[in-house]
Amino acid sequence: MNEEPDFNNKPTERELISLPREMVLAGDEVHVAGEDEYIVGTSLARDAWRRLLKNRLAVFGLVVVLLITVVSLLGPPIVKAATGFTYDYIPPDVTLIKSIPPFRSADGKFSWTHPMGTDNSGRDLLARVLLGGRISLMVGVISTLVSLLIGVGYGAIAGFIGGRVDSWMMRLVDVLYSLPYIILVIVLLAMFRSSTPLGQLVLLFVALGSVSWLTMARIVRGQVLSLKNQEFVLAARATGVSTTRIILRHVVPNTLGPVIVYATLTIPQVMLSEAFLSFLGFGVQPPLASWGSLAAEGIQNIAIFPWQLIFPGLTMALTLFSLNFLGDGLRDALDPQMRT
Amino acid sequence: MTTANSALLTVKDLCTYFKTEDGLVKAVDGVSFELRRGETLGIVGESGSGKSVTNLSIIRLIPDPPGRIVSGEIIFAGVDLLQLPEAEVRKIRGRRISMIFQDPMTSLNPFMKISKQLMEMTRLHLGYSKSQAYEHAIRMLETVGIPDARSRVEDYPHEFSGGMRQRVMIAMALSCQPELLIADEPTTALDVTIQAQILELIKKLKHETGTSVILITHDLGVVAGMTDYVVVMYAGKIFEQAPTREIFARPGNPYTKGLLKSVPDPSAEQGQLYQIPGLPPDVAHLGSGCPFAPRCDRVAEICRREFPPFVQLNPEHHSLCHFAADVFEESRAESSVTL
Repeated sequence: MNEEPDFNNKPTERELISLPREMVLAGDEVHVAGEDEYIVGTSLARDAWRRLLKNRLAVFGLVVVLLITVVSLLGPPIVKAATGFTYDYIPPDVTLIKSIPPFRSADGKFSWTHPMGTDNSGRDLLARVLLGGRISLMVGVISTLVSLLIGVGYGAIAGFIGGRVDSWMMRLVDVLYSLPYIILVIVLLAMFRSSTPLGQLVLLFVALGSVSWLTMARIVRGQVLSLKNQEFVLAARATGVSTTRIILRHVVPNTLGPVIVYATLTIPQVMLSEAFLSFLGFGVQPPLASWGSLAAEGIQNIAIFPWQLIFPGLTMALTLFSLNFLGDGLRDALDPQMRT
Repeated sequence: MTTANSALLTVKDLCTYFKTEDGLVKAVDGVSFELRRGETLGIVGESGSGKSVTNLSIIRLIPDPPGRIVSGEIIFAGVDLLQLPEAEVRKIRGRRISMIFQDPMTSLNPFMKISKQLMEMTRLHLGYSKSQAYEHAIRMLETVGIPDARSRVEDYPHEFSGGMRQRVMIAMALSCQPELLIADEPTTALDVTIQAQILELIKKLKHETGTSVILITHDLGVVAGMTDYVVVMYAGKIFEQAPTREIFARPGNPYTKGLLKSVPDPSAEQGQLYQIPGLPPDVAHLGSGCPFAPRCDRVAEICRREFPPFVQLNPEHHSLCHFAADVFEESRAESSVTL
């Protein structure tokens, strides 16, 4: 009656039919396997990647973000090699009119020396915008990592333990949520004011990171709450895995989709906050520069030297747009609602 | 009864209660049974009868709060699991007692490769190195009949069908050669042909490894083909326990009789399928009488008033009923007529 099933190296038709639906994208032709064909499954990551590539805006965002990252990483040494200017080089012979327009030399003729012009002190604006890119991206990424670390840890613990602990931990988040965070950051920065520009920068990472983890914690907690009741967590418990290991290896990786999405959307948000703070004078201090601090300097002379505002402003806007497009695209690609 | 040294698992008077807003739910109330090495015990009952809670209690996985094991003893290989500290219990879980769950679709971690999930067990409990564990994982997949195991071990769970996933679960459960395997409705979520394959597989592996098995199910057909002993549960209590052959031939409890009558019989062309009238009781609000009384076809005045005794019908057959002896005699008479 019960014959051992026929196990060749090919999956049976039943198994092919039961391939999960997410592997068949809308618009894809459903391919029916022939005799000798073997369907190779796609991994979840590859699947999401394919969906991302279908989204033009997201691809545009991805390309621009990568481009700007590469340019701001490699740019400063190249500019130095090509024109001899660094971000903090102040020419000794500054005349009364310090700022030189784009593509002009000091005597007003056409020149490649300063493609973006110079700032008030005669520093090359291109070099400063590139440096500003480095620092702005760094602030965005590092602060997001800080918020990721705190948010995921906090949310996972609250969600997994549940009960009263969860209630208290989340009430704390609610309280922090209700505080105007930018004021919190200003207070933090003012309290621990550092004397060196670099110290100020580190402080900025910490300050921005420590206020932007709240939403992340909420998202992760929500995910964990629904995950911890899934059978594979019970199965892991039943195999003797410790609670810490279950959280780290079984629960947290399963929250990655929403976490990645939210993280990519946090980066532009943090960069904007940084620009705002620098604009107010609390952020990056000269001779270092970020897009925000450059814009702040530029706005003082907007009527006479508009390029001082336009170039950093445009780069920042482009980057923020791209990051947001990328984040939206990632959300569409990774959204768990789309499968099941 | 049997001598204590051959018993692998003895559950004595286990009580697991849940605190709910509706009151105290006695999910498992005074359950006792024994499982000998190499044998298979079937636990049968309707949904909510306490089958799963009994078994989660055995490996101490009752979510606390709201659940709590209030009293009882669970003696596994001579040690009372309820007295052990959590860390010690964790060493037993997966290593000496492992579990298979109902729904293979959700009991594997969707974000981990099969290899990782299989390796976790042996690395944790047997201290295998990565390569040892990897080879062992492949061997286990071959054992449970996954074709082309070496390449499939690198797949993710969603690339497997339901039956295949349940095979993976079995491979995982057996990878440390446990002494006791608890299968909690292992075939409920599968279709009938796959169901038969999985049951055959469990049976085969049980013979090869000598593992004892507790099989939780609500399918009497599965019980008949797989088990040596049967425990019938209702409303958190054991209603009848006996060797499998005996319980099918001579049930000593009206509830068991009702269950057996509800099994469709293809040979008899009956127009309508028998069903036990009514619904299982709300365990939070049980009266003082027999919990089955409102649905029982031979209910008497005493059933509504007094809780029934646990009657011993013969050395291995017990039944919870005021009229156990009568029911037992009737079934004996019926079976001698029909046989």
